[in-house]
Amino acid sequence: MSSAPTTAAGQPNHAKRVIVAWLVLSAIATPLVAIFLGPALPPGHASQQASEQVVANTVMTSIVTPVICLLLVFFVYALMKFRTARGGALVDGPPLRNQNTVQVAWVALTSATVLFLAGFGTYELLQNGSGGGQGPSPIAVPSGPKLQVQVIAQQWEFTYRYPSYGGLETSQLVLPENTEIELHVTSLDAIHSFWAYELGIKADANPGNDNVAFLRTKGADTFHVHCAELCGLWHGYMFSNGRVVSASQFATWIKQQQQVFASVQQYMPRYATTYFPDPQRRAG
Amino acid sequence: MRPTTSKLLGVALLVAVAGVLIGFYVSKLTTDQGSPAYTVPVVTAGVHPVVDLTIETVAAVGPTFSPAHPDFVSYLIRDAQGKWRRDTVWRLPANATVHVTIYNFDGASGLRNPYLARPLGIDGNTMVIDGKPLTVIPPDEASHTFAVPQLGLIVPLPGVADDAKNQCGYAPCALSNAHHTITFTFHTGAKGHYRWQCFVPCAAGWIDGFGGPMQTIGYMDGFLDVV
Amino acid sequence: MSTIAVEARPPLWRRLVGFNLLTAIVLGIGGWYVGWFAAHGVVGPSIAYFADVDYNELSIFMAYVCGVLGFLIGLGFLNYPFARLRGYPPSLREKETGGVGRYLGLCTDHKVVGIQYLVGIGLFFLIGGLNAMLIRIELLRPDHQVWPAGTYLTIVGIHGTMMMGMMTSGILGPFGNYLVPILIGARRMAFPRIEALTFWLLMAGGVILETTIFFGGFPTGWTGYAPLNIQANAGMDCYILFFALVGISMTLLGLNMIATIVTMRAPGLTWTRLPIFVWGVLSTSALMVLAAPVLIATLLMGMLDRTAQTSFFIAAAGGSAYLYQNLFWFFGHPEVYVLALPGFAIVLELLPVFARKPLWGYRLAVAGLLGVSLLSFFVWQHHLFVSGINADLRPFYMLSTELISIPTGFTFICGMMTLWRGQIRYTVPMLFCLAWFFNFLIGGLTGVYLSDAPSDVTTHGSFFSMAHFHYTIMGGLVFTFFAGVYYWVPKMTGFQLNERLGKIHFWSMFILFNSTFFPLFIAGFLGQPRRVVTYPHNLQFLNDWVSVSAFLLGGSLLLFLYNFVKSLVFDRVPAPADPWGSKSIEWQLPSPVPVHNFDRIPVFSSDPYGYGEPSAPVAAPAGAPAGRD
Repeated sequence: MSSAPTTAAGQPNHAKRVIVAWLVLSAIATPLVAIFLGPALPPGHASQQASEQVVANTVMTSIVTPVICLLLVFFVYALMKFRTARGGALVDGPPLRNQNTVQVAWVALTSATVLFLAGFGTYELLQNGSGGGQGPSPIAVPSGPKLQVQVIAQQWEFTYRYPSYGGLETSQLVLPENTEIELHVTSLDAIHSFWAYELGIKADANPGNDNVAFLRTKGADTFHVHCAELCGLWHGYMFSNGRVVSASQFATWIKQQQQVFASVQQYMPRYATTYFPDPQRRAG
Repeated sequence: MRPTTSKLLGVALLVAVAGVLIGFYVSKLTTDQGSPAYTVPVVTAGVHPVVDLTIETVAAVGPTFSPAHPDFVSYLIRDAQGKWRRDTVWRLPANATVHVTIYNFDGASGLRNPYLARPLGIDGNTMVIDGKPLTVIPPDEASHTFAVPQLGLIVPLPGVADDAKNQCGYAPCALSNAHHTITFTFHTGAKGHYRWQCFVPCAAGWIDGFGGPMQTIGYMDGFLDVV
Repeated sequence: MSTIAVEARPPLWRRLVGFNLLTAIVLGIGGWYVGWFAAHGVVGPSIAYFADVDYNELSIFMAYVCGVLGFLIGLGFLNYPFARLRGYPPSLREKETGGVGRYLGLCTDHKVVGIQYLVGIGLFFLIGGLNAMLIRIELLRPDHQVWPAGTYLTIVGIHGTMMMGMMTSGILGPFGNYLVPILIGARRMAFPRIEALTFWLLMAGGVILETTIFFGGFPTGWTGYAPLNIQANAGMDCYILFFALVGISMTLLGLNMIATIVTMRAPGLTWTRLPIFVWGVLSTSALMVLAAPVLIATLLMGMLDRTAQTSFFIAAAGGSAYLYQNLFWFFGHPEVYVLALPGFAIVLELLPVFARKPLWGYRLAVAGLLGVSLLSFFVWQHHLFVSGINADLRPFYMLSTELISIPTGFTFICGMMTLWRGQIRYTVPMLFCLAWFFNFLIGGLTGVYLSDAPSDVTTHGSFFSMAHFHYTIMGGLVFTFFAGVYYWVPKMTGFQLNERLGKIHFWSMFILFNSTFFPLFIAGFLGQPRRVVTYPHNLQFLNDWVSVSAFLLGGSLLLFLYNFVKSLVFDRVPAPADPWGSKSIEWQLPSPVPVHNFDRIPVFSSDPYGYGEPSAPVAAPAGAPAGRD
């Protein structure tokens, strides 16, 4: 920022001081944040998508840090230095209405930062959706075979169907480790949202809609499932625990569930990506 | 009187009115849509107490139990004196064996998700319906369920046939009215506050059958306070 | 000895009878019963659905609609149309009656409407705040329920809905109405009766929203998503009616402002001399006028789904739950900029006064306001990133949402450079404006996290999102609201507010506000969802800290109330006409501003930011020599 042409003689170069202080502070703070705070940011590293989100959060925090430093330095400096003298008459400041260099610099800097963030975010998003629901026609699809798991949200519980195991339905979500998983989230009644926090997955469950999200699990872990969209009285209690287990444990669990499921299998509708149970069911 | 005194009185009056309104508002919120907790009496005390829970589900709760909503379906619990009460927050002991008897007087409306048509989380995963042990019922015959998702408990209750004789109108219902009797046993574990709900969309008139009594504590939803 | 006959003041009973608030309440209650029984009699028995649900939905709507009509008739809104129909000439005679009674009825004096708004919105803000305290009481312990689960959702809903409905007019209502005519050199707004109507519609709506507790409350939160809102009990109708009235009020308020600013500026007041506050009002009004009707249409569809059993939003019957979400957020996103923009405007208006420097980068600031206004219509799908919208849309909306931070940044740089090398005075209004920078910076930067779709996957629907919008709305709008109150109340009433109490209020509110809402970012990042009564035990300390902070924050607001009442009712220390040394035109008038504002319409010769410049006064009465351009 250049000084105004009407600088009084003997005035220190405030602009230079502020800029230097900002640069020094940012140079110290940003690496600290990126290296130490970044990897500890939520949601953790229990899945590939969660790790990607940590990267996104780290990048954003690293960009946000110099912004905060700038405003911090500016305000601390300005509010101390430019305070009017106590008591006495009202004194006017210099009539500075504009400085083109400052305007251009600010607009350029903010635009560049914003466009970079938008670009980086898009790049991350297009890898595999970063764990968010992509709707019925996802564009960010990881390659390779994927285990299909359907999440059915209803008031007020999540149930899960495994189409590759005969449409087996369970009320606990168990997933094999190190596997690409394709989640299909749908609802039978109101709008819910399937949020597996540690896995970094959130996909809204809309009635009549198939919301696809991709997940690549890592090692064995437990995770918490919450409903993240207000769906009525028991929205706050619509939670459960899920597990990521080894492949053999997964196979054993599937067999167990199939035995339990056997009695009700005859009544189950065929697996489909959306279901339309009669909405006007009335009591007898 | 002096202007300051009259102003002070005016402000004090406004503060008092505000206080009364706030008090009324808070008390209305506290008592609205709730249910007092009912302590289910213990049959056999000890490290693993035994408790008897007798409840019924009715098609219309009637003006005696609910002057505001006589047409709501509801659960009712029978207390130690044999009287029926419309409380849905039940206090149970921890690590207890709970023998449950349910009388269902309501007709069937069918389950939205047929997966829930089979009992889980109870002893032997078998419920006894009118004397017959069953591990599944046809989902379209489900009238209500008793489910405690946090305990993994779900019990579907079959409904009275549409053409059955002597169906119960408004509660209280007598055992001479058409009904099914369902018995099962489950176990409480650690202390906690576990919600229970019905999963059959039995609230007639509301979209998806899940409004009204299905979303109001004191009718088809409640808590198990395990202490 | 004067021989002028003095008119005796009519007796109390005579003064109470007439078209005023008392009559309005009576007619409103009467209208409610008329509507209720009329609908019952005509329609009720014939619809089986009503028998199933144990309430007559149509009766509830008709009762409230007739109640609102009765309320408005009682206030006297139909008097002028009927008078004109009968051939009487146009007049603004409601302005002429004097005394306190003007504030309790229909008054066409824009200054009276401004003060009505200030008190009315303040009252409902406190009610919303009370609900917030009740929420925090519930969240003190994760496994103990203070309110029954359904009631908690109602409390959350009332808090959000009341605040969003009322605070959209939080600055335009009091300060826009009071100041815009004065700032542009006019004696009145373009449509004075509509101005009064917007206020009374809002008041009627607020009461309707509170009566939801008698109908079982509503379970949807302020966003009212379908199909849950179709499934909900009778209390939902109160929400629908409230928001419809708010929508109508907003549309009319914005319309009035635009018409006034565009057509009634005094001679010499070109667009480049307009005070930045008026630019802020203009850009906000554009949003109100374009977005609020979409809300009204959406609510109408919801109402039809609920009563006439149409299926706009029921997927299984051919509708779509997405339709509601998109329509709502098409309104909802501009709505939040309606909340944010007036804050920008007030900060940019006050900083020159308290830094004694011209507003730096006037055109850039205007571009910022208009840019935010325009872009706000193109970002709404960022509320729906994980809803299953078409995946192609996500990068576009991510870009547009990120882009909106560029014009927002213009406000920052203009404000910062106005402070640069100024002569800063730390008066109470200035402190609130400076706090705006701090709060909106945090709010804006966390908005960047939310606009980044990958990061949004975790933070959407969590307390992070909730803390973000509380920082921008409460930290932005409410702080600048108080800045405006402390700044302009001496002009509006002629009395000063106690400075010491004001500073205590500021510091306590600033510290406690940050102490309440900053930890919620952490809670959200750690996985606590919104609107949920239970949370993991390891978050209990955070929640308890926040709850206690919130209670103390409530105390700080009560301190403000104490200052307000004490200074204006009891102490009544007269304020000079220009206590802040401002060059803006409202400070060249006596306090309180006289009924007709100006003796003669002024001619403007510059913008009001001529600090440090040798120039003629900003405006001179017509006929005086024009000053420097």
